[in-house]
Amino acid sequence: MGPIVIVEKVSIRFGGLLALNEVSFQMEERHIQAIIGPNGAGKTTLFNCLTGFYKPTEGSIVLRRDGKSYHLTQPPMGSFRGNPAGWMGGFLRNLFTSNPIHRTALLGVSRTYQNIRLFAQMTGIENLLVAQHNSVNHKLLSGIFQTPGFLRSEKKALEKAWYWLEFMGLEDTANIEAGNLAYGLQRRLELARAMATSPRLICLDEPAAGLNRQEIEDLNRVIVNLRNEHKISVLLIEHHMGVVMNISDRVVVLDHGEVISEGTPAEVQKDPRVIKAYLGEEEEDAPPQSRREA
Amino acid sequence: MFTIGDPLIILAQQLINGLILGSIYGLIAIGYTMVYGIIGMINFAHGEIYMISSYLFAIFLALVGLFGVSSVPVALLITLVVTLVITGLYGFSVERIAYRPLRGSSRLAPLISAIGMSLVLQNFVLLSQGANTQIFPSIYEGVLRWSMGSKDNFVQITYIQAMIIGVTVVSMIALNILINHTPLGRACRATQQDRTMANLMGINTDRVISLTFVIGAAMAAVAGMLITFNFKSFDFFIGFVAGIKAFTAAVLGGIGSIPGAMLGGIILGLAESLFAGLVNTDYKDVFAFGLLVTVLVFRPTGILGQPEVEKI
Repeated sequence: MGPIVIVEKVSIRFGGLLALNEVSFQMEERHIQAIIGPNGAGKTTLFNCLTGFYKPTEGSIVLRRDGKSYHLTQPPMGSFRGNPAGWMGGFLRNLFTSNPIHRTALLGVSRTYQNIRLFAQMTGIENLLVAQHNSVNHKLLSGIFQTPGFLRSEKKALEKAWYWLEFMGLEDTANIEAGNLAYGLQRRLELARAMATSPRLICLDEPAAGLNRQEIEDLNRVIVNLRNEHKISVLLIEHHMGVVMNISDRVVVLDHGEVISEGTPAEVQKDPRVIKAYLGEEEEDAPPQSRREA
Repeated sequence: MFTIGDPLIILAQQLINGLILGSIYGLIAIGYTMVYGIIGMINFAHGEIYMISSYLFAIFLALVGLFGVSSVPVALLITLVVTLVITGLYGFSVERIAYRPLRGSSRLAPLISAIGMSLVLQNFVLLSQGANTQIFPSIYEGVLRWSMGSKDNFVQITYIQAMIIGVTVVSMIALNILINHTPLGRACRATQQDRTMANLMGINTDRVISLTFVIGAAMAAVAGMLITFNFKSFDFFIGFVAGIKAFTAAVLGGIGSIPGAMLGGIILGLAESLFAGLVNTDYKDVFAFGLLVTVLVFRPTGILGQPEVEKI
């Protein structure tokens, strides 16, 4: 089935900090792939590159879909002195195109956040309807005059919204403002909303954070179900090893912005570099630089 | 039963006048409140958009007449549509030229830019149209009168004033449908609550922001056309006072809230005309702004404004 995402030598620099250093990995379609690593390893930065928030300083991220390749990254403008033509090109592109983030959604990439970011003053069902913005008829006049075509498209969107609410067991939240829901429900609603955008690839940033054991089991079932039944590729950042080791097909381990290990959960668990990254050096007197080279 | 100058008659008449004035304030205030709700800035050029729509209305009505459309309703309809579209384009361009390049900079930068834009538009009209007060022809003259008791005691409303109320109600209904019952409105509300997240849902938030400016400008154009109809005169400076009043109305109702803008407009209009009719004409603005201060002391977010979070 070929890869859905190819990350190639992605580096990103914030001032003096090299947040990602030549990160390369691939992700197979219909896989569940986990990205793990200690705090500050660059996991969320990588997600931000994938969804178009950050432009990597170097490298490329390619999304493969229906046999076509789409670049999720645009090269940054660079400096004017070094490359005036390139700079002008970037300047004109920025002037005439609007920001690219919404395009990653159009390509079928969806994501959730570590901290919940629902539209708090909208009801559950409205949150899911917003997510379908691009598949509904959103012409100004047909909306105001409520034309039959418009009503049909709304009905379809509503059906799909209900489908995902039921899928997540959230039927009761349909008419409650999202901000007033309990924490666990909000997390589920966020996942439902991400799914309502009809993604091919869904990026989950710590989906299990703050959930209890029962809720985590439910979450695992849901994620596996997404892959098996809905043919979705899942990329997740997670600290909870119960999630990572049970459901991932592959695991990528990041530390200090570099990929230090990659493989199946069992392989990664045994990798001495991973153990070192998580538990620290064995030799106390080793110089700190050698940690990176190890 | 009633005598001339009966306070009740004056009260009734001033209520009608206030409602009309308030409708106009409310229509303009919507532009302020929507823009504030979505990008958190005060669009000080909004009053000028309203002023420009008055000019456009008069110019296009003359042009339509020149091209031989003799039926008044047809001519008005064509002019209405053309004016709405072109005023909308003005709103769109103002955002594109003066505000979008400043997005992401400090809050003060777009504010200064807005004041600059206001001066540019005002002087553009001053230079191209002259400083004279322009006169608009009388169309659809006539009044509805309800006499009470004697023949000299009546409450009246002109056809045009009735039209102002009618058009305002229709515009508000259309806007309400747009915001609460269409995907575009949902996108607007989502963008207001969390722009980044709306972006991730595949909403082109830049387009949504442009749309907000276009809708605001169109509402101001409706107000501009109605006022031109009613007062039959306008100049390049009308945008300033109307803008300040409408901004006041938006703050009074709770900036960021559309029903609040309308309510604030009507309260302001009623307060002004009641005070002018029953107490003193010279101090009507003092009373209106005093009301604003009083409301803000007890409810800093305005009548319908929500603390911390804003609703469109």
